[in-house]
Amino acid sequence: MFRIGVDVGGTNTDAVVMRGRGVLAALKVPTTPDVTDGLMAALAGVLAQAALAPSQVGLVVIGTTHFTNAVIERRHLAPTAVVRLCLPAAQCLQPMVDWPAELRAVVGEHAFLAEGGFEFDGTPISGFDDAHITRIGREIRDRGVRSIAICGIFSPINDAYEQRAAALLAEACPDAAITLSATMGPTGLLERENAAILNSALLPLARRTVSGLRAGLARCGLECPFFLSQNDGTLMPATQAERFPVLTFASGPTNSMRGAAFLSGHKDALVLDIGGTTTDVGLLQHGFPRQATTTVDIGGVRTNFRMPDVFSIGLGGGSIVAGAADAVTVGPTSVGYDIIRAARVFGGSVLTATDVAVAAGRAQVGEAGLLAGVDGALASAAMARIERMLELAVDRCRISAEPLPVIGVGGGSILLPERLGGVRVTRPEHFAVANAIGAAIAQTSGEVDRICALEGVTRESALAAAEAEARDRAVAAGAVAETLVVVEREDVPLAYLKGNATRVRVKVVGDLRI
Amino acid sequence: MRTLTESDIEALAIGAAILGTGGGGNPYIGKLHCLQELRGGARVELVGLDELADDAFVVSIGGIGAPAVSVEKLEEGREGYRAVRALEAYCGRKASALIAAEIGGGNSMAPIITAAQLGIPVVDGDGMGRAFPEMQMTTYSIYGHSSVPAALADERGNVVLFREVRSEQWFERLARANVVAMGGTAVGAEAPMSGRYVKRAAVPGTVSQAIALGHIVMAANRAHANPVASICAQERGRHLMDAKIVDLKRHLEGGFSVGTIRLDGIDRDGGTVADIVFQNEFLMFRRNGVVEVCVPDLVILLDADNGRAITTDVLRYGQRVAVIALPCHALLRTPEALAVVGPAAFGLEGVTYTPLAAVAPPPADHPNTPYR
Repeated sequence: MFRIGVDVGGTNTDAVVMRGRGVLAALKVPTTPDVTDGLMAALAGVLAQAALAPSQVGLVVIGTTHFTNAVIERRHLAPTAVVRLCLPAAQCLQPMVDWPAELRAVVGEHAFLAEGGFEFDGTPISGFDDAHITRIGREIRDRGVRSIAICGIFSPINDAYEQRAAALLAEACPDAAITLSATMGPTGLLERENAAILNSALLPLARRTVSGLRAGLARCGLECPFFLSQNDGTLMPATQAERFPVLTFASGPTNSMRGAAFLSGHKDALVLDIGGTTTDVGLLQHGFPRQATTTVDIGGVRTNFRMPDVFSIGLGGGSIVAGAADAVTVGPTSVGYDIIRAARVFGGSVLTATDVAVAAGRAQVGEAGLLAGVDGALASAAMARIERMLELAVDRCRISAEPLPVIGVGGGSILLPERLGGVRVTRPEHFAVANAIGAAIAQTSGEVDRICALEGVTRESALAAAEAEARDRAVAAGAVAETLVVVEREDVPLAYLKGNATRVRVKVVGDLRI
Repeated sequence: MRTLTESDIEALAIGAAILGTGGGGNPYIGKLHCLQELRGGARVELVGLDELADDAFVVSIGGIGAPAVSVEKLEEGREGYRAVRALEAYCGRKASALIAAEIGGGNSMAPIITAAQLGIPVVDGDGMGRAFPEMQMTTYSIYGHSSVPAALADERGNVVLFREVRSEQWFERLARANVVAMGGTAVGAEAPMSGRYVKRAAVPGTVSQAIALGHIVMAANRAHANPVASICAQERGRHLMDAKIVDLKRHLEGGFSVGTIRLDGIDRDGGTVADIVFQNEFLMFRRNGVVEVCVPDLVILLDADNGRAITTDVLRYGQRVAVIALPCHALLRTPEALAVVGPAAFGLEGVTYTPLAAVAPPPADHPNTPYR
């Protein structure tokens, strides 16, 4: 079976055709303002390169930063109502309290508080008032708002009232698109509520985008199942992406790291993704990016999405080399995507990291002859500086003294020396399209993240119950049960609370049943 | 006396997290709540201990419960107000000012929020000078003032009044059981004290200390500079080491997150190994197995990049941290205080408290000289 992976980035759309572990075709085309055109060009290109008929393709996976950019640029966001199920608690802060004013203005001031929260043990705070929710639904309808986010206190532990509110609101406001916060993430009311609001505000764009992608596939003759890659490196059906666009926010770096793992064969490694301006360094554990544990800021909004823990430095192929041999600097300013005109090896006048890598004989791109006037001492000082920057970045991400392999991907990875901090650097074949490969190989997952009271239950049995539920969820998402492996399994006790409550998190991944 | 500004509140959130020594809960929600009160037109005055009248009637206030619950079940908003009003009704006297039970972490915000609602000032001081896990660990209680009468309020409108308790430990035990019944969080107004007593027993100046710390970090962040040296200079503390977390063991014990962090030195500290024992807060720092700093002195982990405090609930392998130690106030170093908040009180057997010496301020012409 052939599978196609596509990464729709801000600048380039990359596509690969794979069969089993083999990469049969790979290509980069410019991303187009209308995502569909670039996608079609990429698809048609790789199909031609691999000499495949569309009917031979069994699966297409697309990773895109389209929805993230919409939030950052405040574009295409729909007015959204927020219904917080909380009363009498949580009146002290209104929804969107800490949002940038201009983003709040785009989404609109449509916040409603009602009964329907739970305590941490899943018992109701104050019950539920159907009539109140219905009144809110009518008010939302009368205001002409058609996107709704529902966020109930402790809904990650018990989502019954969020479900009930959704049914009542759908009745009062039949054409509304609704997001439940319980589907967004773990406890942390404001962060989870923010995620739900962003998701709802993106729903109309998600529908348009996904149907555009679907139409693009159809016009290329691809009628196979179609998935999008998620923040955690697993995939979700396009129909689900239409409902949960925020879950694609971090698919870019995640796909690069997953692709690096696949291409190099390492499951535990440090990955350096070197682009034109920056280098992202992340840690792979069991073939997946290690997740950040803190809140994540998206376009000025605090969320608690599980995102890869990536450390960035201002060093890339286009970084500008300045100063003299005894005090050289590299970056953080960069010629960026203008490198193909600005760099010395391409006939330009700016000395870049790529130029010194060519001068040092490390890379062969452009015209080495154009570097005749470059001071040799400056070039080698710059290379030493680059090596030191990369070494420090890699060291920051290590979690033990164990010498993990280092994998370099991305167009700028030509800067990499053969060894970093005493460890050999692997730069696998197809390193420039690692992100599209990461999309193509994505697996499917199931996750449970909740707070459990350990009254009369052992920690181990709470973890076992969570694992069983995570496996069920993965199978429901299309995984082959026999291929499921546990990639995360942890419990973090809750401080200051007697009664031994603990936060349990289990995640399993497995191959997609096709 | 001065009026607290929005910028003070931003700074207080950062500084109070640092003084939280890994615990005390995140001040983020409380900060937003404070800002909302100020933007709504409330004015809150910060008064120094020396400005308090001897016959002032000062109430200690703070949130009690699990920070993990308080970030999910946010407050109704007037819990503190109801608790203070109940206490006033019982005592037959209006509070003239509020004071924090605990400056470290989220509890730094509680007196400001309630003072804004009551229209009374906040005293520049607290009962810990840092964060501690239990309510009897305040200097108010250590120096002989009873925590009761006290009132606990939840978001529903329940208010529980404690009139008499057999001991401070009984108060802690009964209050905590109430908090669990209230769903994991509550606001408590306790220990109504005379101005005369507060002047003697409160750790002085800790609100402005936390605000100053926060301003140092904010200024360093704006300048893309590392604030660690400035923090140590300001507080006459010690920069113990720059390190990476290489092991983390933690488990739950009687409602506390208890564990050990193992650190490997980096950069100039390469080759040094150390560990930190914690019980919600960081209790003790050992270098190469030798105790260097322990409670009640402050052991603090800062993010190596931005100088922000790292709390015990977000510790993780591989984190790069600056470990610093700040001397606690003399009120926490007396025999009576050490019996309650010294190493033995936290079960650190065989550890003798040796006060951390305040570091001499750096030469005036080298304000940022790293010294250690």
